[in-house]
Amino acid sequence: MILRSSHIISLGLCLSLCSTFITSCQQQQSTTSSSEGKAELGTFEGQSGSINIAGGTAHIPVMQKAAKAIMASHPDIQITIAGGGSGVGAQQAGKGLVDIGNTGRPLKEKELALGLVSHPFAIDGVAIIIHPDNPVGELSSQQVASIYAGTTTNWKDLGGADQAIHLFTRDEASGTRSVFVKKLLKQGTVAQHANVTASNGAMKTAIAGDPGAIGYCSIGYINEMVKAPKLDGIEPSNANCVSGEYPVMRKLYMNTKGNPEGLAKTFIDFICSKEASTYIEASGYIPLHAGN
Amino acid sequence: MQETDSILPAASRIPHLCLLGLVIPVFVLIALLFGFLFWFSLPVFYSGGNSIFSGEWQPEQGHFGIIPMIKGSMLLAVLTLCLSFPAAVGISGFCLLHPKHRITSLVHGMVRFMTGIPTVVYGLAALMLLVPLLRTWFTQSSGFGLLACLLALSLLTLPVMIMILENQLRESLNQHQLTGTSLGMSRSEILTHIIIPCAPQAFASAIVLGFGRAVGDTMLPLMLAGNAPQNPESLFDSIRTLTAHIGLVLSTEHGSATYNSLFASGFMLLAISVSLTVITRKLERSYQRRHPQASSSAQP
Repeated sequence: MILRSSHIISLGLCLSLCSTFITSCQQQQSTTSSSEGKAELGTFEGQSGSINIAGGTAHIPVMQKAAKAIMASHPDIQITIAGGGSGVGAQQAGKGLVDIGNTGRPLKEKELALGLVSHPFAIDGVAIIIHPDNPVGELSSQQVASIYAGTTTNWKDLGGADQAIHLFTRDEASGTRSVFVKKLLKQGTVAQHANVTASNGAMKTAIAGDPGAIGYCSIGYINEMVKAPKLDGIEPSNANCVSGEYPVMRKLYMNTKGNPEGLAKTFIDFICSKEASTYIEASGYIPLHAGN
Repeated sequence: MQETDSILPAASRIPHLCLLGLVIPVFVLIALLFGFLFWFSLPVFYSGGNSIFSGEWQPEQGHFGIIPMIKGSMLLAVLTLCLSFPAAVGISGFCLLHPKHRITSLVHGMVRFMTGIPTVVYGLAALMLLVPLLRTWFTQSSGFGLLACLLALSLLTLPVMIMILENQLRESLNQHQLTGTSLGMSRSEILTHIIIPCAPQAFASAIVLGFGRAVGDTMLPLMLAGNAPQNPESLFDSIRTLTAHIGLVLSTEHGSATYNSLFASGFMLLAISVSLTVITRKLERSYQRRHPQASSSAQP
């Protein structure tokens, strides 16, 4: 009997942990990709071989979704996707180690000297996010810079409640962070006491649970869990990113050594085509062709 | 007689050789691990003065100091031990004193169950339950920080320490129970006057394993500690540990100063755990030299 009761208690604990896990998972599953029809993959018909992709981590969700669909309908095509960051992508593509090297920034002069050709396919906007209950609806870039430098420490200085500002930032490997620091903070400092989160998702979870928090994430990640205040009077939206009105954004590039040929060309054309836009949108980015 | 003499050592040499054949590759691998890590971190230590061992981590400004991470790791591990070790001693002591008690079997079941829970589940539970609680109690803090991580990590190290303490102490308790009872000692007297003074190894190994787990765990600091690369001043400050640092900067570009700090961090982690093990082994050995009787009877 004694053993039984201990079992029941552990089972109860286990169940409660599971339920916590499941509810959190349900919160995360806001965007799911729709499965693509096979007709749109027609350009791959009759082709075979392999494509090696490496580089920017922001690109991985898009590449994976596309690769999955392509490989499922064309078993002769093998696509491998590795991370490593923008620097690795450009370096490996330049050395000919991979067919496509991804970067979340334009190529540097040194990299262009390797004979690399860039193929932009998506726009990734970065927006300030705060808790939905926070009354602050608009921030200027000076205010944001002052918040992130650690000078402004209370929401009441910005027209909010008398509440300490909890700073959240991303890790140094993050492309989102580099865009934010370069385009919004104008290379200003991020205070040392700012909490660091490891991904866009973790950032959103942290902000969604904390009324005093401020952070930033890809525009594609924003939903009713968090609120994105206007920046200098401009709504951070996909449309404003495409028109260029909202400045805190970057393009995502695929890079090849010389002009792409064969299977790599088909793949790049596919990613840049209208058919692949669902993958790009499902990953939280804006397809480039959408504005054209 | 001569035949058996000549055959026996030859036969008994085979398992010996087999074991040696297993041990040597492992030893070589460990030596290689040290060698590689040292080899890769050596240029980091030499290049750019001593910027890796400075106190500031501001990659955008070109500061790549990992001192705050070393401090964070050590502080977190020490505080975790301060919290979980007394608790582990208390819980295992209770279980030893009342082996047939209802609560004891409950505790055993719990401990066994707790060792099987992945750390990420602890992290998730703490993220959903503990962090919001801390945020409402201490309004200046965002909930993430030293305290949240410390509490979750204590929960993680507790079952390991309880298991080690109980297993090692129970054995010598069973051995000395009859002698002690014949001297008119109660179970608690035997435990406090004979068993515990005789078994510093049990406590040492519990501390070493607990510390190792606390300093080496990645998921909980990454999820709960806030990861700000600063020198912690209070329990509510956000800290970054060496392990979380490695987890965070892993995907940076090769050869950058950020990437190189990975090797320095890994090297520091290894150095910490190795020096800890060496120190405890030294302590154990010196104890055994001073009390040959006690240690031999506690661990026959």
